[in-house]
Amino acid sequence: MNVCSLRIDDRALTVAAGTSLLLAARRAGIVIPSLCHLDGLTPVGACRLCLVEVDTAGPLAACVTAAAEGMRVRTDTPLLRDIRRSLVEMLFSEGNHTCAVCIADGDCELQTMALRVGMDHNRLPGRFPSRTVDLSHPLFGLDHNRCILCTRCVRVCDEVEGAHVWDVGWRGERCRIIAGLDQPWGAVDSCSHCGKCVEVCPTGALFHKGSCGGDHPSHPERLAALLRGRRRQEGPP
Amino acid sequence: MSTAATAMLRVCTAAGCRSRGGEQLRRHCATAATEAATEAATEAMAAGAPPLRVKGVGCLGPCSDGPLLAVDAEDTTRLFGFAADQASGRARAERVAAGLQQRLRATGSAPAGAELGTWRPPGAHLIPADDPFLALQRRLVLERCGLIDPGELDDALAAGAYRQLRAVLEQDDPAAVIAAVQRSGLRGRGGAAYPTGLKWQAVAAMAGQRKLVVCNGDEGDPGAFMDRTVLEGDPHGVLEGMAIAALAVGADHGFVYVRAEYPLAIARVRRAIAQAQRRGWLGTAIGGSRHGFDVEVRVGAGAYVCGEETALIHSIEGRRGTPRPRPPYPAERGAFGLPTLINNVETFANIPVLLRLGCEVYGRGTKVFSLTGPVRRGGVLEVPLGTSLRTIVETMGGGSASGRPIKAVQTGGPSGGCVPASALDVPVDDASLRALGTLLGSGGLVVLDAGTDMVDLAAFFMAFSREESCGKCIPCRCGTVQLELLLRKLLARRGTAADLAELERLCAVVSSASLCGLGQSAPRPLLSTLRHFRPEYTALLNAEAGQPQAVQP
Repeated sequence: MNVCSLRIDDRALTVAAGTSLLLAARRAGIVIPSLCHLDGLTPVGACRLCLVEVDTAGPLAACVTAAAEGMRVRTDTPLLRDIRRSLVEMLFSEGNHTCAVCIADGDCELQTMALRVGMDHNRLPGRFPSRTVDLSHPLFGLDHNRCILCTRCVRVCDEVEGAHVWDVGWRGERCRIIAGLDQPWGAVDSCSHCGKCVEVCPTGALFHKGSCGGDHPSHPERLAALLRGRRRQEGPP
Repeated sequence: MSTAATAMLRVCTAAGCRSRGGEQLRRHCATAATEAATEAATEAMAAGAPPLRVKGVGCLGPCSDGPLLAVDAEDTTRLFGFAADQASGRARAERVAAGLQQRLRATGSAPAGAELGTWRPPGAHLIPADDPFLALQRRLVLERCGLIDPGELDDALAAGAYRQLRAVLEQDDPAAVIAAVQRSGLRGRGGAAYPTGLKWQAVAAMAGQRKLVVCNGDEGDPGAFMDRTVLEGDPHGVLEGMAIAALAVGADHGFVYVRAEYPLAIARVRRAIAQAQRRGWLGTAIGGSRHGFDVEVRVGAGAYVCGEETALIHSIEGRRGTPRPRPPYPAERGAFGLPTLINNVETFANIPVLLRLGCEVYGRGTKVFSLTGPVRRGGVLEVPLGTSLRTIVETMGGGSASGRPIKAVQTGGPSGGCVPASALDVPVDDASLRALGTLLGSGGLVVLDAGTDMVDLAAFFMAFSREESCGKCIPCRCGTVQLELLLRKLLARRGTAADLAELERLCAVVSSASLCGLGQSAPRPLLSTLRHFRPEYTALLNAEAGQPQAVQP
């Protein structure tokens, strides 16, 4: 196997060539913050929280940057800390994230991230957009107020379930997750009611109907287990 | 052009002059010429003398004087404009056509239009050939633009189109072509200024049976219309460049991606492709060789970000036009997963010229600019790289037309910045402009006079980037919103020194954290105006704003 040696935060390690810096760092016990990344889904490098400084080059997204021989990676610098806090602040400013009345309170990756990056208050003014809630699906709901557009739901539905119910509509600040051809979720025939999108949602945007605060069953880790199981069953190609 | 015996009227029917009635002018003049020829033939009982040729051509240059009309007669060419003419397009066309008919009638059966050497279209003013706007140009990319009828392949062939492609086919040595491009030092003309030869080499080195060549014509910077001019004026030059590139890198299929806002360019490129296919310059076995190269047009759907190469690839594939992280670069994995060579319109148009002239004569090459704003003479011009901005703006453009002095020149659109009047002696090349905190960009030059509020200008460009952000990554999607809000707050005189500091901090976050070039360069117009015109920002600060209000007892 082709391997390469690199240094991440002064820890020397050797990984298989082509391993992403995010995974390489995890091997070294360093958890780089991320929101859009999820093991098992194609990385998109969209949330920019996993930015790291590589040698003297500008920040690179660790989820889509392959480890290379002799690389020197810094995962926690003043610049990166400021970028990360700013990004989380931007997300809080952009949506309507009211933890106290959110189903995901206590089990929310955005909330955890805010604590992690030291966001004790938001320096950016809130935008308080007018957003809708889609409760047309018999089992699940989608609250656009809490969506951070990580596109995990889009990818899991397309890549794992193969239904491609979700996509992103519009652009810029008007971006919105859409079901089918921007239809009510319940009206989209291709939805198989599998609930994978709900499981991978980092916030309370996608949720089981009927659940309330405290019992938000978000289990992003189950995706990796599912894919492992599938691979075992299918055997080598 | 050596049209010794006959005479010709060339009327600009490209988008700019067309909007001022260029096409009407051409039609009316053509009718007048035909009628005059018929009359002459009847009178002389001769077998129809050939009518004066009236040709619709691409851009003639000084668009601000449009509609433009060139009269070729007796070995001289005179260019006329109608800048001071207030008449409607139709009234003007009728007046000029009547004048033309009268003139042709007066000379009876004389060879068509040979006596037009002294004719001045009524209401027109002469733009002398030694006018700096014309005389200081070096037209390589635009060599045939304005001379040939872009809808007629024969016209282009007579002027030398596809001659270099034939030479390359006869030589059949792709490595030599790439070496020549590399030796020339040609850099991408779309804004990023990446060495073209290096890109070609990377694509040529990729394994794989199928490769693609893509021409990026998604020109979207406000005030930029160079690529439109090239596509409208000489589409065959671009197609020839693409075909040569395809041979060099081993591609068999190509796309010309043109934004939907350029309907005339789209129509002319489509027509040019069809004509070239009929004559065997595109399609299977081009020029009778063993190589094939097919080209199709893809029309954008109105997103600025699709000028970014990975977003453009997604758009060609029929997907949502959002960028993706690089690597892999398109050279490795581009459209439909195939190694893809993406170059700008002007870059491809440079290829046949540089192969014909050779590196020595070609030199550093040229750059096409579109000059707009309050200058006396604006339009499309092509000058040697390294010409000073002052020469372009003050000598060729004639300086300010508004009576107010020139304050700055905006280059590079929403990804670029401003060159203050004090630095106008900067030579136009990528390195010099980058040192000033702006970009050469794709070639849009917007002149700003002393009446321009630079903070307002920064807010305009930030609003543009906010509107055009694809929304994929957080810093660009949310950061451009926050930056525009802060600028509006300053403009409303509600901002404080803390807001200004926050503005600069957020600029750093957006430019260093964004996924693609659009986000990374979105703060540049703001940072550039802050660098050169900081007092305008500080003058807007409000010391009282943000202070707690005194509570009345």
